Amino acid sequence: MLGEGMLKGLAETAKNFAGSFVSKERMTTVQYPEERIAPIENTRDFPFLIFDGNDPMAGLRCVACQICEKECPPKCIYITKSADKKPDYVGKPQNYPTRFDIDISVCMSCQICVEVCPFEAIKMDTEFELSTTDRFGGLLLDREQLSKSNEYYNAIHPTEAAEVDERLAEEKAKFEAKAKAAAEAAAAKAAAVAAAPVTPKEAPPKEATSKEQTS
Amino acid sequence: MSFLANLDQVFVLLQHWIAGFFPLWLQPVVATILGVIAIVATFPGIFAVTTVLERKGLGRMQNRLGPNRVGPLGILQPVADGIKSLTKEDIVPLSADAVVHFLAPVLLVIAVFLGFAVLPVGRNMVLVNFDAGLLFFFAIGASTELSIFMAGWSSRNKYSLLGAMRAVAQMISYEVPLLLSSVVVVMITGSLSTVKIVEAQSGFTGWFPHWYVFTPWGFAGFALFVVAALAETNRSPFDLPEGESELVAGYFTEYSGFKFALFFLGEYLGMLSIAGFAITLFLGGWGAPFSFLGFVPSWGWFFLKLLAAIAFFIWLRGTLPRLRQDQLMNFAWKFMLPMALLNLLVAGAWRFLGDGWGRWVICSIVLLTAYALLGRVLMRKQGLGARSYRYAE
Repeated sequence: MLGEGMLKGLAETAKNFAGSFVSKERMTTVQYPEERIAPIENTRDFPFLIFDGNDPMAGLRCVACQICEKECPPKCIYITKSADKKPDYVGKPQNYPTRFDIDISVCMSCQICVEVCPFEAIKMDTEFELSTTDRFGGLLLDREQLSKSNEYYNAIHPTEAAEVDERLAEEKAKFEAKAKAAAEAAAAKAAAVAAAPVTPKEAPPKEATSKEQTS
Repeated sequence: MSFLANLDQVFVLLQHWIAGFFPLWLQPVVATILGVIAIVATFPGIFAVTTVLERKGLGRMQNRLGPNRVGPLGILQPVADGIKSLTKEDIVPLSADAVVHFLAPVLLVIAVFLGFAVLPVGRNMVLVNFDAGLLFFFAIGASTELSIFMAGWSSRNKYSLLGAMRAVAQMISYEVPLLLSSVVVVMITGSLSTVKIVEAQSGFTGWFPHWYVFTPWGFAGFALFVVAALAETNRSPFDLPEGESELVAGYFTEYSGFKFALFFLGEYLGMLSIAGFAITLFLGGWGAPFSFLGFVPSWGWFFLKLLAAIAFFIWLRGTLPRLRQDQLMNFAWKFMLPMALLNLLVAGAWRFLGDGWGRWVICSIVLLTAYALLGRVLMRKQGLGARSYRYAE
């Protein structure tokens, strides 16, 4: 009969209306500034730079290879390569960025910079409360603002960070084994030429410096 | 008891007391001005409460919280809305007819306010007791169509014009069943005066009141009146004129700032006045629903009923989806109009069938049969049911 569906609909909304006062699970609203829910693990918005150790500027993993700058679709990354080199996490001397700026008003959160980075130096952040009163300077983040510790990365993306750490540890072990082998070879060579009056002193200091860096 | 009687008449006594400070020849004028002030203050106040209640109620129906930021539980939301609409820029399109564009919302609000003049909100509480009060209300109500069309036409915007065309088509179509469904009340009461109509319903049988809604023809008339009233005030599910999914905002697309707020006000005041008339015509006006509740002031009953009617309108808005234009027209001309005409005959039969229970049975059966048959034919032939697709599926 005409109007039957209408009555059913009215009953449904009445049920919702009454139910919203008594049952907690009906109300899914999170009243944001006061209440917060933790972001899910795959949340991502803008990239940040990872550093190891305690000093953000010294521990930056970024070697200023500028791959991300070139790959960035909206071209919002600006990097200046350093003239000098400093040792990276395994001890190899590398360049570092004297300037690393990301304009997050241009960034489209595509994560391509993260995909292309060979040094696991740039990752996606979950921080979303970025509003500022200065829409030009305030949204152009420099390397001091962008650098965040590896522990922070582990906290926001635990699974992904664990994989990254494992891979880096593996690479480092490989590098150390190689360095050790090289040192041994050098030592053997030195022993072989021990009869000779010249004593080679190249290998041991190198090993020492690499150990210092990794600790 | 005299205290309760005084409470019932407190606003009337206040009016007389204030008017008493003026010379005799000025007193009728002052009394009228006081009545106008009361109307102009009360109903927009109810409008403000309604907006926040509507948003909260709709939210609850959708398992949301609704506004809860301004003031305790969000009750000061209308104040914030008012400040916002007052401080917003008032934009008039360059190609619009500026005078008509300005006049449309003003005329709408004036026309809607005039309707309250003949609305009895309590015992002895009616601004003007016209002999043809009901006729006056419908005449004034029809003029809101003019201001809506003025708004749509003067904006020089296709959405506004389409919205206005829809509004005029809809309002004229539903004006007919609205009028015809209230004619039964006039037939039985024998008067067009709203005060007399309320008085005719003020008796009791045992505990139960003699409201017209408790008779077969009265119930049918009430149902038709409410549906037509929804369409007249462009409320959901008849909100095609401002269907935001198709027409941006319909006839007030080009309005901003306080003119927009005036349209909003006019729309809600129209809803309040037509709900007030539904109460006056069928729900006993300011009368108590049970004989033993007569001690509550009459104006209290009226406003309680008004709030209940608004709650029902909000409930409908939270439930029903918008109609299609052809469904809307079919419903008006092929269902509402025949039912309203039949209801006239039934009311006549009721009058001449005498006092026994026979008239209850006959009138009920006629109306129910007509409802079922018309509903069935409509469902089958007029496409009021689910939409069927010939090629796409």
